Amino acid sequence: MATMNMLQAINNALDIAMAEDEKVICFGEDVGIFGGVFRATSHLQEKYGKARCFNTPLVEQGIIGFANGLAAQGSVPVAEIQFADYIFPAFDQIVNETAKFRYRSGDLFNVGGLTIRTPYGGGISGGLYHSQSPEAYFIHTPGLKVVVPRNPYQAKGLLLAAIRDPDPVLFLEPKRLYRAAVGEVPDEDYQLPIGEAEVIKEGTDITLVGWGAQMEVISKAAELAEEQGIACEVIDLRSLLPWDVDTVAESVFKTGRMIVSHEAPLTGGFAGEIAATIQERCFLYLESPITRVTGLDTPFPLVLEKEYLPDHLKIFEAIRESVNF
Amino acid sequence: MMTQYVHQPAFMTGDEFSIETFSLLNPDGELYPGGEEPALTRDHARRLYQAMLATRILDERMMAAQRQGRLSFYMQCTGEEAAVVGAAAALDDADMIMAQYREQGALMYRGFSIDEFMNQLFGNELDYGKGRQMPIHYGSRKLHYMTISSPLATQIPQATGYAYGQKLAGEGHCTLTFFGEGAASEGDFHAALNMAAVHQVPVIFFCRNNGYAISTPSTEQFAADGIAPRAFGYHMHVIRVDGNDALAVYEATRQARKIAVEQNQPVLIEAMSYRLAAHSSSDDPSGYRAKSEEEAWRAKDPLLRMQRWLAKKGWWSDEEEAAQQESLRREVLETMKRAEKRPPPPLESLISDVYADVTPALQHQLDQLKRHIRRYPDAYPRGAKSLDLTLSSATDTQGEA
Repeated sequence: MATMNMLQAINNALDIAMAEDEKVICFGEDVGIFGGVFRATSHLQEKYGKARCFNTPLVEQGIIGFANGLAAQGSVPVAEIQFADYIFPAFDQIVNETAKFRYRSGDLFNVGGLTIRTPYGGGISGGLYHSQSPEAYFIHTPGLKVVVPRNPYQAKGLLLAAIRDPDPVLFLEPKRLYRAAVGEVPDEDYQLPIGEAEVIKEGTDITLVGWGAQMEVISKAAELAEEQGIACEVIDLRSLLPWDVDTVAESVFKTGRMIVSHEAPLTGGFAGEIAATIQERCFLYLESPITRVTGLDTPFPLVLEKEYLPDHLKIFEAIRESVNF
Repeated sequence: MMTQYVHQPAFMTGDEFSIETFSLLNPDGELYPGGEEPALTRDHARRLYQAMLATRILDERMMAAQRQGRLSFYMQCTGEEAAVVGAAAALDDADMIMAQYREQGALMYRGFSIDEFMNQLFGNELDYGKGRQMPIHYGSRKLHYMTISSPLATQIPQATGYAYGQKLAGEGHCTLTFFGEGAASEGDFHAALNMAAVHQVPVIFFCRNNGYAISTPSTEQFAADGIAPRAFGYHMHVIRVDGNDALAVYEATRQARKIAVEQNQPVLIEAMSYRLAAHSSSDDPSGYRAKSEEEAWRAKDPLLRMQRWLAKKGWWSDEEEAAQQESLRREVLETMKRAEKRPPPPLESLISDVYADVTPALQHQLDQLKRHIRRYPDAYPRGAKSLDLTLSSATDTQGEA
């Protein structure tokens, strides 16, 4: 067992995948000798050669178009989009091509080998274009899987699972935690399941649901609530598409209350989908309205980032309101 | 990059370069002086022509069937058969073809049967695509022909990626991607060509410049001299070819393939042709172009040119032509009758292939749908019949052998 930050865990997962299967190919802007702007691909070009780890021209639609073709050919591409904010030139390739490749061909062809890695989220003073959480756009697209790890251990196990998954996976990395999250990570190869949520803390009074970097914030709010005698059950969805309805519903049957929190704006955010599904499943068990604690319906701010973000205090307040409803 | 300094400002427009058009046969099927016949065997030349002819006849019959209301939609290759089939004939049959949508001639050349075409057009239970895409969105894994996707130009960077994988696999294969001069305006075109040149990928970019993107003439699509000069910006091999001359297209593509496979270099081919038919069955060209223009191009019919050349070689005769046309028309009509009678794919095919395995959420949605159909069987085209199939798992047995 080694201590790693999230970048080291991701780098380690890529290293294991490339060593194991020569069809695994990593590419994107600056991922070559430089090892990526965050260094997630450090030393991979040295180890596996320029043919398997390389810089691409600065063209996101080309990166994903190329990756789709490469995956259809039978290779296992791991494409990096430098910031999730810059994924939109590739939106057509992801939504109309990646997601529909298997379906439209009647399973003659597929791009199941493809994994798209991209850093998302705020908290790094990145302003409008280095902070966004675009998960909802992609969760609305059947054919994709969307996975978000919360810490180094999760990042390694989920990334290895994503690379080997028979379907294309969008792997959103919480960049605020790249170096900030440090933890024990096994040296050996392991996978964590895609499509299964994890109850990271049990409690009886209210269910708190989130994913990625928001889990740290939610856990902090749960501690504050705990001091007030409110026992929170904390669930990390880990996989947003498909998402683990059963685990969340089981929890809400028990607690009768739920808060969902994400950094992305409120309107059309994934919290709305979770709330709708859970009220269908758990209507007669609910003690208070399901609440969403999210970013505002604005572009991501810069100077007012701390005010914008759904921090632990906002979640704590929502918990209090819910239990006192 | 070598920098040469000058001390007076000098602007360039590209007019400094002119790109000629490679052509071997004149409209009478005679070799131009100075031209060399490619080393095509009799069998190979006949296979090429027969695929052109079969494509023409399939297109005529299916367009007529669409007009009779038997088919929802159709697109013809008419006028561009030499460009499409000539290119396919110059490839190894195991090279990947990633087409736009008007290149059924290439699939015909590779041996896709009329039954296979028909099953896709009618979206019946034998359609490899399981009735999910509009007519003409063919695909064949065994024939190395990527399933067609409606969004334009998306296949171009995919071809670059596919060919990169072929290069790493080292089996000497390449990818050829077809697209129109209109699609070349998409960003995906630029992304694909630049990446292919940078990463030295064995891919052939085959532009069918047929003069129109639906109604928009090429003069309103780009200001430059066609698509070919763009290759200079990527430092890529390029050739412009007479797209109505099957021999010239064959020879240009054959040499392009050599460059691609032997040097790991991409090549751009611009085939100059004309879309003789409407864009699709939903289009009427009389609103945007003159009959006289169409007639001028009809006189340059690529089938006639190839047929005349074959006849001069003694490799084809009028009798064969008549017999072949007759038997193709009969085959098309017979297979059409068979295909339209076949049942559609089962209801389960709504949710299969979204993922490698059906997710619990999707299964739940299908179960809900079945309960609903059971309640209102008359409200859906197939009524309760779609439910009878729930006992079998017919989608598992569907697909290419």
